[in-house]
Amino acid sequence: MIDIPRLPLADWIDEGLDALTDQFAPATKLVSDLVETGIESAVDGLMWLPPWLTILLVSALAWRLAGRRTALLSLFGFALLWNLGLWEPTLQTLVLVLIATLVAVAIGAPLGILAAISGGVYRVLFPILDFMQTMPAFVYLIPAIPFFGLGPVAAVFSTVIFAMPPAIRLTTLGIRQVPADLVEAADAFGSTKWQKLVKVQLPLAIPTIMAGINQTIMLALSMVVIAAMIGAQGLGGEVWRAIQRNEAGMGFEAGLAVVVLAMVLDRITQGIIRNRRSPAN
Amino acid sequence: MSEIQSVKIAVRGLTKIFGDAPEDALDLLHKGETKQTIFERTGQTVGVADANFDVYEGEILVVMGLSGSGKSSLIRCLNRLNEPTSGEILIDGQDIVGLKHRDLLQVRRRKFGMVFQHFALFPHRTIQQNVEYGLEIQGVAPEERAEKALTALSQVGLESSVDSYPDQLSGGMQQRVGLARALAVEPDVLLMDEAFSALDPLIRRDMQQELIALQSRMRKTIVFITHDLDEALFLGNRIILMKDARIEQVGTAEDILSNPATTYVERFVAEVDKTKLLTAGAVMRKTRTVAFVNDGPRTVLRKMEDEDLNLLFVVESDFTLRGVVRDDAALKAVQRGERGIQEIIETSIEPVGIDTPVRELFAPLSESSMPAPVVDDAGRLKGMVVRASLLQGLADQSSATTTEEAA
Ligand SMILES: Nc1ncnc2c1ncn2[C@@H]1O[C@H](COP(=O)(O)OP(=O)(O)O)[C@@H](O)[C@H]1O
Ligand SMILES: [Mg+2]
Repeated sequence: MIDIPRLPLADWIDEGLDALTDQFAPATKLVSDLVETGIESAVDGLMWLPPWLTILLVSALAWRLAGRRTALLSLFGFALLWNLGLWEPTLQTLVLVLIATLVAVAIGAPLGILAAISGGVYRVLFPILDFMQTMPAFVYLIPAIPFFGLGPVAAVFSTVIFAMPPAIRLTTLGIRQVPADLVEAADAFGSTKWQKLVKVQLPLAIPTIMAGINQTIMLALSMVVIAAMIGAQGLGGEVWRAIQRNEAGMGFEAGLAVVVLAMVLDRITQGIIRNRRSPAN
Repeated sequence: MSEIQSVKIAVRGLTKIFGDAPEDALDLLHKGETKQTIFERTGQTVGVADANFDVYEGEILVVMGLSGSGKSSLIRCLNRLNEPTSGEILIDGQDIVGLKHRDLLQVRRRKFGMVFQHFALFPHRTIQQNVEYGLEIQGVAPEERAEKALTALSQVGLESSVDSYPDQLSGGMQQRVGLARALAVEPDVLLMDEAFSALDPLIRRDMQQELIALQSRMRKTIVFITHDLDEALFLGNRIILMKDARIEQVGTAEDILSNPATTYVERFVAEVDKTKLLTAGAVMRKTRTVAFVNDGPRTVLRKMEDEDLNLLFVVESDFTLRGVVRDDAALKAVQRGERGIQEIIETSIEPVGIDTPVRELFAPLSESSMPAPVVDDAGRLKGMVVRASLLQGLADQSSATTTEEAA
């Protein structure tokens, strides 16, 4: 038998990660502290408000952005979660999702713009995105731990990575979809690249970018739940505990809470997209 | 047309090749190969091949040709939306082909306004914001911008609905906005690529007339593209005819119709006449007044004064054409105390048969400033054709037929 040595792929990754963690330890510590404080104060702030007030505020917002049905959904949905005693974990999950989405979009949208403008960036970035999106979600949890330790910051970190691809993809798509004759009209009037981007391409790409943000939110929610495994609190934590204690009923309640949160977030972002689509009104 | 014309844009040896190996195609082009052969051998598409022409200050130059003949490729080279493969484009004497990107942006901002076939209005901007676009790009202050936009909108007859969005307007209205957007930057040259081709025939006719009115008011230099010969004849001071990326002929409407430079142009023109079957009878105007052979010179002079004419056709009582009498001859006859006009009738004039195809009228009419009398088979006067009514007649006829087809 020929003895082909096994490729030490895992070792390489480990060594690489070790080097990176050593290198960036002070920076990651700083980021970690910052994010942790951010998450904690956001959750504390929301917990300080009486739940009924928060529920009314969210429902009013839903009404404005997405209409009456979504408003009713969030009113009854959140009321149920409060009643089931899941108010705090729901808020924790919501905060993690929103922070992760914010960061994912803040990084993803500019990357998407770059990929739309430059063919080179596109050719490098998009295969990486394909790769990232076929990687199982759990794998993203592992490198987060050496950087940030167990806890909510590692959860946000892996969630950002996991949820970013649609924000990039749909930003690029939205810009590339702008009709060629509109881009040409912008050029014919002597627009610089920047003027063309800001005055024509981005405004016309917004519905598509919003659809990307919607997908990012949904992915972030699913990842935040999984991230309970590395110490994220929230609804995922409830599910995790239910698994460990083999309590099916409690697991179902927490699962239901995730569904309610997903529906409300989805409907509200869809509502925003719908409103943006008809500039004439 | 009599004043000396200055050249606004001079195009020299302009070639545009689409593809990644233009050098090969360029070689073959210099050897005189056709667009077709070059595509088969190199896979490169020749958009424009060695174009040479001038655009005069204040004229409407029409570029005409079938779809795919290279009209858009050509006009898009003028502001370098297409990067020319070789050749020179001199605007006010400055070659813009070598310009750096920043300077090119300045040229696009200051010299050109462009109007597109499918309007290309920005759907997320109101009408006013659309018209202000070019000014915004130039960094003009908001108040001045608004003022200039309103002026441009009023030039195209649109003053209300400035706060609407493009999709709330009809096609004709949208293209007025497109035109206003181009006019707002006060460009030297308007580039119009099939600007009216997407409009209904009747609206299209309106827009053509308004463009002519606008041009005579503002003396803009206009390069107008169309695949429609009638539109070309109606609008163009001069016409460039393109085929397979090459310019076949440059000339006035009359030149092209009466002296086709190549068999291609001839066939193109014949095709138009065949479908239209236009005769002198269809385009003639009524003669409002005539002189009868028995009239005296004073009567004839008074008829001329009443109608503000300097000549009259002379007919017998059954309207058989005898000739023409001019005002100066009639005046002399009066001074000489003559009673009749027999002595002063010019009989050398060539009448035109009522069934004569319009195409045959261009040559004789372009040589004389006099209207030509139109007679029936029996030689009776039925009307007259003047040069101006020819083109108008051609164009009216075609819009009428297209309307019927559409209905
Ligand atoms: N961007 C492009 N890439 C490749 N070929 C093109 C491009 N634009 C035009 N062409 C080709 O150039 C030729 C002339 O096209 P065009 O200038 O659009 O013709 P026209 O405006 O007269 O219909 C056609 O054969 C067309 O296929
Ligand atoms: Mg074209």
